[in-house]
Amino acid sequence: MERTGSRWLSRLYLIIVFIFLYVPIVYMIVYSFNAGGQMHHFSGFTLDWYRELFSDTRLLMIVLNTLIIALFSAAVATAVGTMGAIGLYFLTQRRVREGLLTLNNILIVNPDVVIGASFLILFTVLGIQLGFISVLIAHIAFSIPIVVLMVLPKLYEMPRTLIDAASDLGAPPRQVLTRVIIPFITPGIMAGFFMALTYSLDDFAVTFFVTGSGFSTLSVEIYSRARHGISLSINALSTILFGVTMLLVFGYYWLSQRGARRLALWVKR
Amino acid sequence: MTRTLKWTLLAPYMLWIVVFVIIPIALIAWNSFFDLEGRLTLDNFVRFFSPTYLKMSFISIWYAFLITFISLLVAYPTAYVLSRTRHKQLLLLLIILPSWVNLLLKTYAFMGIFGMYGLVNAFLSLFGIPAQEILFTDFSFIFVSVYIFIPFMILPIYNAMEEMPRGLIEAALDLGASQWTVIRRVIWPLTLDGVKTGIQAVFIPSLSLFMITRLIAGNRVITLGTAIEQHFLVTQDWGMGATIAIVLVLMMVVTMRFAQATPRA
Repeated sequence: MERTGSRWLSRLYLIIVFIFLYVPIVYMIVYSFNAGGQMHHFSGFTLDWYRELFSDTRLLMIVLNTLIIALFSAAVATAVGTMGAIGLYFLTQRRVREGLLTLNNILIVNPDVVIGASFLILFTVLGIQLGFISVLIAHIAFSIPIVVLMVLPKLYEMPRTLIDAASDLGAPPRQVLTRVIIPFITPGIMAGFFMALTYSLDDFAVTFFVTGSGFSTLSVEIYSRARHGISLSINALSTILFGVTMLLVFGYYWLSQRGARRLALWVKR
Repeated sequence: MTRTLKWTLLAPYMLWIVVFVIIPIALIAWNSFFDLEGRLTLDNFVRFFSPTYLKMSFISIWYAFLITFISLLVAYPTAYVLSRTRHKQLLLLLIILPSWVNLLLKTYAFMGIFGMYGLVNAFLSLFGIPAQEILFTDFSFIFVSVYIFIPFMILPIYNAMEEMPRGLIEAALDLGASQWTVIRRVIWPLTLDGVKTGIQAVFIPSLSLFMITRLIAGNRVITLGTAIEQHFLVTQDWGMGATIAIVLVLMMVVTMRFAQATPRA
């Protein structure tokens, strides 16, 4: 169907797009090893910036805070979101369910500046001091809708007969929930948790609004350092973060693949 | 499922919806009616329709339009080629991967690349073009934004391409349509929903981003997002900030209406 000429052209185009996508990341990583101290003129290999990074206790504390916020907010959001999704699934009034889902999606499509600003007002009105707690609450809040969206499709994939069978065999509703529904939707719950985790780790705008002055997460810290200009320890930090992100992505893929396989086995049985 | 169990499951979720979805939006709306001294007034809206703010909104929309348009221009052929390659899954993963890298870090990388002695100027000097400041220009702002948003444009279009029945293209070709006609009359209409989703995913965020304007455009470009951040965190004029936020939300609603997938018969 396609002539060789156009095939070469399309291959070339794809290569250019990939170069466009990866040059900035590679550039940043390469210069994290630059002895020259600038993001230009590579004058020699050094690990100094990594050493500087690891001796920067303030920054290490921020990394720790960021991780705590991410794990904790993802866990809470996953719990609330999963419960909400199951509740939505069993909601018989279609109008109510659709209304709730629309409200759910508002937080996903709303620009994060607006979310940040509105949370700032909310915390001020509620008298919650800006800092660790406000950031944590905000992260939980904006992660819940994404968990719901990851879990709901799994629920609709579940054969309704499975629940009927369990009930007919005398399982009380609570047992149906813990022994049938939750095991079935576990891949969705895991996906939701990972998405919440990455949302939290990645967020800048919302955190920036509700963080106050004493507390900082990595994104906010990178922003304020970058505003002062280039420092190669940020490059070193990015390189490490990039590595961690890759691990997370591949971990997620591995888990979801394994989850799919286990599910297939389970259904076959 | 008993009623009690169902509502126990829903209770925390509904509480969340009330506290973190409904109340914040109401608070933004409420705040937009107050001025700096806390007086109830419509001043903020009057001010919004003054030349300064109208011009800013117009410029912001114009930039968002350019960013969306260029993203589409680059993304559409990419999605097309991608859907026709052999190692689809792997290549798709490679497209998604950069979108998992922290936004701030990607923006930061460009501070180096576009810098006075950065990659781009080094490249230009090969052709004898003298080094020039690329950072802090409209060009750098648009370029970096396109870079950041491109995966979000490619993905929905790619999905639409994948959903398209392959037989249709062959049928059109067999019936004598030229390549160009196939693209224009078959592929484009069938992937339009993906294009709309992509536009939605790029246009709204590019109206509201503020860190790129701060880091890359050096306050030369003021978007609606920058203005909101400025009012809330710098000048502390929450009323005006809330008013701009309302305008931004309205624009989002309009964009979504426009980009809503048309139901096919």
